Amino acid sequence: MTETRIDRRFASLKSEGRSGLVTFVTAGDPDYETAAKILAGLPAAGADIIELGMPFSDPMADGPAIQASSLRALKAGQRMTKTLAMVADFRKTDNDTPIVLMGYYNPIYVYGNERFLADAVKAGVDGLIVVDVPPEADDELCIPALNAGLNFIRLATPTTDAKRLPKVLANTSGFVYYVSITGITGAAAPDASKVHQQVARIKASTTLPVAVGFGVRTGEQARAIAKGADAVVVGSALVTAIEKSLGEDGRATGNTVAAVLDLVKDLAGALRAG
Amino acid sequence: MTTTSTADAKVNSYRSGPDERGHFGLFGGRFVAETLMPLILDLEQAYNDAKADPAFHAELENLNTFYAGRPSPLYHAERLTDYFRQQSKTGGGAKVYFKRDELNHTGSHKINNCLGQILLARRMGKTRIIAETGAGQHGVAVATVCARFGLPCEIYMGATDVKRQSPNVARMYMLGAKVNPVTSGAGTLKDAMNEALRDWVTNVENTYYIIGTAAGPHPYPELVRDFQSIIGKEVREQMMAAEGRLPDTLVACIGGGSNAIGLFHPFLDDKNVKIFGVEAGGHGLDVPNGHAASMNGGAPGVLHGNRTYLLQDDDGQILEGHSISAGLDYPGVGPEHSWLKDTGRVKYVSVTDNEALEAFQLCAKQEGIIPALEPAHALAHVMKLAPTLPKDDILVMNMCGRGDKDVFAVAGYLGMTI
Repeated sequence: MTETRIDRRFASLKSEGRSGLVTFVTAGDPDYETAAKILAGLPAAGADIIELGMPFSDPMADGPAIQASSLRALKAGQRMTKTLAMVADFRKTDNDTPIVLMGYYNPIYVYGNERFLADAVKAGVDGLIVVDVPPEADDELCIPALNAGLNFIRLATPTTDAKRLPKVLANTSGFVYYVSITGITGAAAPDASKVHQQVARIKASTTLPVAVGFGVRTGEQARAIAKGADAVVVGSALVTAIEKSLGEDGRATGNTVAAVLDLVKDLAGALRAG
Repeated sequence: MTTTSTADAKVNSYRSGPDERGHFGLFGGRFVAETLMPLILDLEQAYNDAKADPAFHAELENLNTFYAGRPSPLYHAERLTDYFRQQSKTGGGAKVYFKRDELNHTGSHKINNCLGQILLARRMGKTRIIAETGAGQHGVAVATVCARFGLPCEIYMGATDVKRQSPNVARMYMLGAKVNPVTSGAGTLKDAMNEALRDWVTNVENTYYIIGTAAGPHPYPELVRDFQSIIGKEVREQMMAAEGRLPDTLVACIGGGSNAIGLFHPFLDDKNVKIFGVEAGGHGLDVPNGHAASMNGGAPGVLHGNRTYLLQDDDGQILEGHSISAGLDYPGVGPEHSWLKDTGRVKYVSVTDNEALEAFQLCAKQEGIIPALEPAHALAHVMKLAPTLPKDDILVMNMCGRGDKDVFAVAGYLGMTI
């Protein structure tokens, strides 16, 4: 397939000799306008790749922070059409930062797989992470996404053993997302040395970049995890920053955008210092 | 999207699904996070091995007989039959039988599945059991088999359900289970299932998840159906003994649909047997988010590991649904039912909360059997259907649970002071 923004970004990270920062926020959290401002500010704050969550009512693989984030977005009226519109808006001013839509299959399935892929490409989406579509169902979404020119980024986990890893890697493109713990997002911090071993194991089987996520909250953790990995993903910590910035009425305050972007600056700074 | 239809490939049988990827036509499959995939594949292997192992079947049969109390009786509900004949405007009225699965140990059909799955968990060397529960019938059955086999057990139950099914919560505690109330969402069955999946993904190495209904990722819909099919197999034998022929009509309630598929599956290829599944119509199908009838009031989607009919909005967000019955209050349904609906083999109908309450009272007073609110839904449809059938029509309804857990809630609905 042709080179994507994700491929180009990892190539430039490599030439800079540093690990990238992948940030996750949920589209529409805590409301459309604030989320759009956060999104627009992420590249300057130091995000190398943006994962944008497609909110879902039943995020089975997520911990309380991202569950709450998803529900805040839905309550504020977020829908798939608005998530795609948010990406299209972002692309008007930024044609370089890769955007990966992340979420669960049902909202895509109900939108219609073909229509979704066409609209995602048109909006300027670069890749997809769909938590509950395993390689066994590649023909449904992964292959059509690759054919549409999108990267399909697969999660590898501590339970993905040597026998299974080739199956997971087979149709993965863009990068491999290594889930550093068996568990949900935002849970216990991973043990950096174990993560390094696992990343090395994956890298022995693929030339794709490997990003590591789940449980990374601080700059220090990010720096420790980043050694040997091509990028580190931070999500729950960012949506927790949103949550803490909200007013008593649960709405965004003057602080909300800065609360997220300041944390991203800290994380990016720590990674670059590493 | 793949829409390979097993119906086309297997025109001669409704009983050969799922295919090797766990599909019943469009429905079913394995839509889970990667962390769980290796375990799901292990489970599939373990189940295939168990199916081929006579020792597994022998142990399960022994437990079914001496621990659960099977076979459950097939009972001719004589007074209700007379009642329906009096109601009949055509001079008909079916002969009504109950399959008495409420007489099983633990008070419902749930034990059939739990005994099978606990044996699988032991074969797989798992040392910790988790489960979700709605009405608490499944939770009680899981807690029971865990006590029987000395395995620690944690049950996830929606906080709303903990309140409305408190007798079952007490039973689970007494059996040594830990009950975790779930406050996310509306605090009902779907939210309990989400939390159980989160536990599983976290403790995947040592933990076995006993799913309570014939839903979830492949191979759960298949193995739960197989363990529950003992209901229908017994009915075939018992009806041959009682009447010398097969029944004409089958009726069962549908939440996730495990008791129903257990009754229906052995009869799917008997084309003359009419089959009805009864969904929870709550306040009525025309009330937005006011019912739990996934097939009559939902659309296909993907949740909890399988593609099936779901209560959802047009953005693919899952709705909570509503039913007076905590056991039917689930926004999905087992994938095999979705396929049986689309193929037309089974007719799926719905009854409202009030109709179920009426049936509950009728059954208690006419037959001296206090049904659970779940089979009260099935009976509410029998009340409509039986008077329209001829007298020589033999109807079997699955009395899948007893109403002990519901008596206080129903007394409250009826405004009784006790």
